[in-house]
Amino acid sequence: MERVPILKIGQTLFVSIQIDLQDESVMRLQEDLAEELGATGAHGVIIDITAVEIVDSFIGRMLATIGSISRLFDAETVLVGMRPAVAITLTELGLSLKGVRTALNAEKGLALLNRST
Amino acid sequence: MDELPIRSGDDVVRVRQQVRVVAAKTGLSLVDQTKVVTAASELARNALVHGGGGTASVEVVTSSHGRSGIKIGFSDDGPGIPDIDLALTDGWTTGQGLGLGLSGARRLVDEFELTSKAGSGTSVVVVKWSR
Repeated sequence: MERVPILKIGQTLFVSIQIDLQDESVMRLQEDLAEELGATGAHGVIIDITAVEIVDSFIGRMLATIGSISRLFDAETVLVGMRPAVAITLTELGLSLKGVRTALNAEKGLALLNRST
Repeated sequence: MDELPIRSGDDVVRVRQQVRVVAAKTGLSLVDQTKVVTAASELARNALVHGGGGTASVEVVTSSHGRSGIKIGFSDDGPGIPDIDLALTDGWTTGQGLGLGLSGARRLVDEFELTSKAGSGTSVVVVKWSR
């Protein structure tokens, strides 16, 4: 199983998913992020899915869960870089990702976090 | 036709990659490729989690009107689905997920055929046609 690295830049944790996600990797990411949020006291999480070709119901649910977990650690999560084909497919699948904020790219995501903290 | 095993999370990823390659070769648009790969991901996971593992087969097919498409079959030897109509309802779940896997996968493809009998496994065949 491949792990997704987490970078801390200032008050923000930055996650860029560059692998073909399998279920175990997403669950591991969820645990690693909770751990990092507790250890660093970061106030924001940016998850970049520019390189992610598909988000199915499991991965989508896990991303939404990461948003909820972050909130319990006083941190806001922003999902950035979703591909148009992924957005269309997710909507047709019936997944709305309620509760997760989104931005077009990492720069806009960071601006969103800086406004809200 | 390629036959792929589904025994682990890695295998689910390999099925997705194979479906992506064949869907691109078939001439599906990027959105349709994404839809069929997503559907395949849901169905491969179902075979792994609910069926205890199984196999997937991917092939290129041609319709009677000359359109090409991708056909993917999944089969497992799991406990089967006692009530197929119920299992295809949005939001119905065995408890783990959101209940969108099977019903969502059906919406993402053009043809969807599910056969299952309690005690003798499940097979799902889907087709996505190029436009």
